[in-house]
Amino acid sequence: MNNILEAERITTAEIKELRQKAYGARARVLQMVYDGGSGHCGGSLSIIDILSVLYFREMKYRPDDTEWAGRDRFVLSKGHACPALYAVLAMSGVIEERELKGFRSAGSMLQGHPEFGTPGVEAVGGSLGQGFSTALGMALGARLSKGAQRIFTAVGDGEIQEGMVWETAMAAGHFGLDNFTCFLDRNKLQGDGKTEDLMMVEPLRDKWLAFNWEVREIDGHDISEIVAAIEWARTVKGRPQMIIANTVKGKGVSFMENVAAWHGTAPPTDDELVQALAELNAVSEGC
Amino acid sequence: MNKNSLMDTSVKISLREAYGNTLVKIGKERADFITLDADMCGATSVGIFRDEFPDRHICFGIAEQNMMGAAAGLSTFGYTPIVNTMAVFASMRAIEQFRTSVAFPNFNVKVVGSHQGIGVGNDGPTHQCIEDISIMRAIPNTVILSPGDDVELEAMMRYMLDYKGPVYLRTGRLPVVRLFDGDYSFKVGRWPVLRDGTDCTVVANSVMIEFALEAAEIMKAEGVSIKVLNASTLKPVDEEDFIVKVAATGCVVTAEDHNTMGGVGSIVSDILCKHHPMPLEKIGVQDRFGESGDAEELFVRFGMTAADICVKVRDIILRK
Repeated sequence: MNNILEAERITTAEIKELRQKAYGARARVLQMVYDGGSGHCGGSLSIIDILSVLYFREMKYRPDDTEWAGRDRFVLSKGHACPALYAVLAMSGVIEERELKGFRSAGSMLQGHPEFGTPGVEAVGGSLGQGFSTALGMALGARLSKGAQRIFTAVGDGEIQEGMVWETAMAAGHFGLDNFTCFLDRNKLQGDGKTEDLMMVEPLRDKWLAFNWEVREIDGHDISEIVAAIEWARTVKGRPQMIIANTVKGKGVSFMENVAAWHGTAPPTDDELVQALAELNAVSEGC
Repeated sequence: MNKNSLMDTSVKISLREAYGNTLVKIGKERADFITLDADMCGATSVGIFRDEFPDRHICFGIAEQNMMGAAAGLSTFGYTPIVNTMAVFASMRAIEQFRTSVAFPNFNVKVVGSHQGIGVGNDGPTHQCIEDISIMRAIPNTVILSPGDDVELEAMMRYMLDYKGPVYLRTGRLPVVRLFDGDYSFKVGRWPVLRDGTDCTVVANSVMIEFALEAAEIMKAEGVSIKVLNASTLKPVDEEDFIVKVAATGCVVTAEDHNTMGGVGSIVSDILCKHHPMPLEKIGVQDRFGESGDAEELFVRFGMTAADICVKVRDIILRK
């Protein structure tokens, strides 16, 4: 693994800070779903370290000018994990922290799935497979306009059972879109159970290689590995990059980890919220 | 608007072919649009544009869903993507992508669907789209245009490219007659009067216009005066303008190469019931699938000819 060498570009202090932020974002997810009365905790907690690295370190964007043409784009194709996106958008100053209280309620800018028009949300997400395709269109647009923007997206491991994902995969490989980086949130669970029981998605690496992508596998909760993978993606020429991120659904909250029932949409109870926030806080302090 | 325009039967051109030629013409005037297709350059005639402007065309392979999703993304980079495919695929295979990724965020994507109705003929029901109006009407933020001839098509294409937001434009395979001269001015939502009359209004669109005009001639010989409207904008419709045009005739027959459920007949029915109830009859595909055959043969089998319109007119004027 040359992760270690590449990861030296990030200091221990930076890793610690990003981890703390990711755990702060996790606490916001729990509070948001509790306040909103429903939402998807499990998949938000599995993707949140990746979102933290993207929004707090890697992506070029202006929190006070979300329409700046030169910005990198991120599309959350697994849109049900939007509490994670809203949390990092709030923490980076794109939206106000107080908006999080309105999650899923009538009139709120924070809808149950990402809606275009919410500051920082680049495309609709949540009808599985569609965000991935919209992101591919953005990558084509960036290339056509000779822009330097990088297009990031995240798909779920259950999501890739959708047929259109493979239309998009084939097109990205065909067009050789090297400005297109996708994270596959491999938490191994989907709404009704294990991916491999419901519809086998393995072998993942071989599938994406066969569709003419460059593939890298990482621990999706290890900040230095996420950073290294993005640095690697930036060096790839002539091919899109798939970063298969091995993750834990519900990561960071003991009673949610690897439990399919926490895919969504029931909120934590009062006691569960207290316990979850305590656990997250303990990890954050120990970073 | 051309009030008493008579059709010029010497000029007949299929709308898809006119579409390809007009894309090239407009493409030379403005560089803001690009075309997308899914292995249908020939069938939709977008190939005429691709050959002229290869750098402004993207082929997605036979994958309409990704083409529609990618169009959404391309539009966010300031391009105006025009998605080209057959109407069945535009309005059904890729409909959820259109609904959720294009119409919901109100992105500036244009969708052009060719191969309308049983007029497609020998390819049969898999490729005969009899549902696109019903489906597209139900999607918010969507403008639906269905030109009557090549002159109106060009006017609509210019409107479509100037308008910011999703537009669904219907072309077709069958040659249609020339209805308008070069002075035609398209007004979205307003249905042009193709022929004036006092006893009954026939509202037709696309390939059915020729039959409606023919029916009007037949009925004239019987002493019945028919007004013919071209239902060329299917959403939004200027309801007030429509009522002003039909009120005095007291009854309406609609004629469409589409399922009568949800199409032009339903649009007219909605408006009349709301503002000015009067007898209404619908000519079209009566909630059944098409079949293979020559278009002319099929129009007879499905009760969609000028003679069929006349039968409805004779009946309905007695019910006023």
